[in-house]
Amino acid sequence: MMQGFRHIEDATLDYDADRCIGCGNCLAVCPHQVFELGQGKAVCRDRGECMECGACALNCPAGALQVRSGVGCAQAILHAWLARIPLLRRVFTPDACCS
Amino acid sequence: MKLPDVFKTVLVRLGIGRDSYRIAPGLYALGSPDTDSPVVVTCNFKLTFDILRRELAGRSYWLLVVETYGINVWCAAGKKSFTSEEVAQRVKESNLDKVVSHRSIILPQLAGPGVSAHRLRKLCGFSGVFGPVHIRDLPRFIDAGMQAGPEMRTVKFPLSQRLAVAFVELYGARKFLLWVLLACLLAAALGPGGFSPVKILSAGLGAFATVLTGFLTGVFLVPALLPRIPFRAFAAKGLLAGAIIGLIPAGLLAGTLPQALAQIMACSAFASWFAMHYTGSTPFTSLSGVDREMRRYMPVQGGLLLIAVLVWLIWSWL
Repeated sequence: MMQGFRHIEDATLDYDADRCIGCGNCLAVCPHQVFELGQGKAVCRDRGECMECGACALNCPAGALQVRSGVGCAQAILHAWLARIPLLRRVFTPDACCS
Repeated sequence: MKLPDVFKTVLVRLGIGRDSYRIAPGLYALGSPDTDSPVVVTCNFKLTFDILRRELAGRSYWLLVVETYGINVWCAAGKKSFTSEEVAQRVKESNLDKVVSHRSIILPQLAGPGVSAHRLRKLCGFSGVFGPVHIRDLPRFIDAGMQAGPEMRTVKFPLSQRLAVAFVELYGARKFLLWVLLACLLAAALGPGGFSPVKILSAGLGAFATVLTGFLTGVFLVPALLPRIPFRAFAAKGLLAGAIIGLIPAGLLAGTLPQALAQIMACSAFASWFAMHYTGSTPFTSLSGVDREMRRYMPVQGGLLLIAVLVWLIWSWL
């Protein structure tokens, strides 16, 4: 879908097809069309497109989706690391970007 | 939008006054909505609200603005300020059940990481329907009976958007660049500048020009050419682009070959660092991916910069 815009192929997205009830919520929320509907169940079309935003897992009423979600933002990750250091904890807060 | 609004939009894109660019949360009427009109939920970032007003002009909808502290929909959902609980609370506070006769609200698709549509009904009695990614598709979505095709649901990242979101780095890096300028002058005083103020100034400013070249490469050139530069990792794209563009200050300013190499390495390191920070402005990088490239490339960036500074200083002492 996003040609030229792929980052990693092994996102932490985990889909359990046995639990899927075919509601289609994951298709609606996914910004990269990772899922498609086939035979009354969601089918993982392309895991390499997943950006781990967590929208599908949060909106799956059957609990069929798991993902280690977060923002793919270097500044946020850097601040989270710095906030673990005792003295710097006063200055940096984890996940602090876009503020 | 009137002219002052356009001016303010430019400032906000640069990050100036962004923290206070907010709308008061609550229920707003667009046009003249009635009890059957759709309810559109959005964040309280004024830039988003302005786009809503512009794109939906002539339509009659209810707009339910939730508190996201002036942050856009997607980031607010990712940071968990745009949540099911927040939406439910605003629905109750605005007495939405007395304003409209139906029981459904339209959520921005990109609120998905924070809002769970099936939980909303339990929390406030209204069920959530995810609308399209872009506000401009909203009237078509509503007219089609709340149906969106894959093209309305997919995020794209064209050149204009890649550059529009790059501008925020300019203003955001102003303090950093000031410190770098001071550090360059200080380092120049230690060696390359000798003891002459004029030489210190020219050597220091030359070093700063190299850093600035790396900065502009990472902030603008890498985003502009993003799909064309090889490598997946942004930091790697920055290393490559920075090394190539670094030939310009090296050719113009360096007196000796080691100096030229130092400039190329420094330019490459800074371009890589800023290209890596651009990951936060893109709509496709993941936590795992960015975490991995930072662990892999931050030592490379630090190492290159250290070698560059040492070469620059030591060559002047010889």
